[in-house]
Amino acid sequence: MQTVKMVVTGPFSAGKTQFIQSVSEIDVVATERKISSDEERSVKSSTTVAMDFGRITVDEDLVLYLFGTPGQKRFDFMWEILSEGMLGFIVMVDSTRPETFREARSILETFRAYAPTPFVVAANKQDAEDAWELEDVRHALRLDKKIKLLPCVATDKNTVKTVLLELLYSILKEMDSGK
Amino acid sequence: MALRGNLRDITITQLLNLVHLASKTGTLVVDGPSEQAYISFRDGKLAYARVGREDGSLALVLHKANKINANQYRAIVDRAGQMTDKELGLLLINAGYVTQEDILLNLQGYFTEVVRRLFSWVEGIFRFENDMLPPQDRISVRLDLENIIIEGSRQLRELEQLQDEIPSLDMSLKFTERPLTNVNLSVDEWKVVKFVDPKNTLRQIANTNRLSEIEIRRIVYGLLQAGLVEMYRPVSKPVQQSPKQFPTQNKEEQKSLINKLIGRIRSL
Repeated sequence: MQTVKMVVTGPFSAGKTQFIQSVSEIDVVATERKISSDEERSVKSSTTVAMDFGRITVDEDLVLYLFGTPGQKRFDFMWEILSEGMLGFIVMVDSTRPETFREARSILETFRAYAPTPFVVAANKQDAEDAWELEDVRHALRLDKKIKLLPCVATDKNTVKTVLLELLYSILKEMDSGK
Repeated sequence: MALRGNLRDITITQLLNLVHLASKTGTLVVDGPSEQAYISFRDGKLAYARVGREDGSLALVLHKANKINANQYRAIVDRAGQMTDKELGLLLINAGYVTQEDILLNLQGYFTEVVRRLFSWVEGIFRFENDMLPPQDRISVRLDLENIIIEGSRQLRELEQLQDEIPSLDMSLKFTERPLTNVNLSVDEWKVVKFVDPKNTLRQIANTNRLSEIEIRRIVYGLLQAGLVEMYRPVSKPVQQSPKQFPTQNKEEQKSLINKLIGRIRSL
């Protein structure tokens, strides 16, 4: 059995667990704990502390694992461990919470430093009324035009599939370019 | 036993706070990244400070503050010989070069500046020597630490924010397409811009220019915000393809694997 993995990262409450849940064939193995901080509890009641784990079986010889990183900075020691050997990574950002953009940028840079693998940025909650426009998110995150910034609704399987496919296309393109 | 440790575990601000709260008397000796600093306290108040090759003498302090010119400074160093700073101070006051207030204000300003420099040190070994007092030939002051501690805390917050923005100094910089014309840069910014090259890491640029971690981060952050440069993985650093990334090292098999994944996800 061959296994490969991709990592889904991003700030606290960006929608990483939901993203994996939408495409995983198993119930996501989540390591969630109740949130102790009042400020964070106002956003959601529990959070990932070690990792989320989803699986997509390709055939009897190949399995894709999706790992979701903990979003809270105090668990960032897990990030490097999870990034080891990844095919690529997805940075999730909550389009309705501009206060998290700076942290998303920082997480992106951190993961780029861990491994020079392809990545895409998924602007989650694009269906929300107060979601930032994609181009505004791009400016706020200071993303180069060449970086793929994709609209996403983590509860919508189709947009999640598109994000995963775009990352795979990037991986394929990089292999073709011989990098 | 003397208080000793690493700045990675206890920051300069925390140390100052400790000295302040415990009304300590003695000298904090800090071995920083490239130089050594001596900060002396009496009853929890800043008394004296010097860093690196600077001797913290009255002549040097007055020269740096432009109270005496380069020739006068040299003449004092050459001729004052064994004269203490107190004697030199009296001489200069009697000769009408400076007032007593000038001397005290400039010494306070210089000592505070030395402590400020230490705020940017995130690496280094420190020890607090209870028995070590300021050299007897120097003039010491009595400066409350509260304001310095507050300023240090502010800088610490700034450093934390800058670390969020620029988490790794192992990245390098490259110019964006925006031309560098009609841009007003400071001397320090030019020093960094001069070395912008994908081959140079931020750490290398900082070391070459003798900039601390906070200084290089602050400058680079400004250049990034202005859209003049962007972060880049250094070309000299080999791109590490983890052997675990693909179960096979054969390029064609790797491509086939990715195509299989694409097919599977499309079918979900």
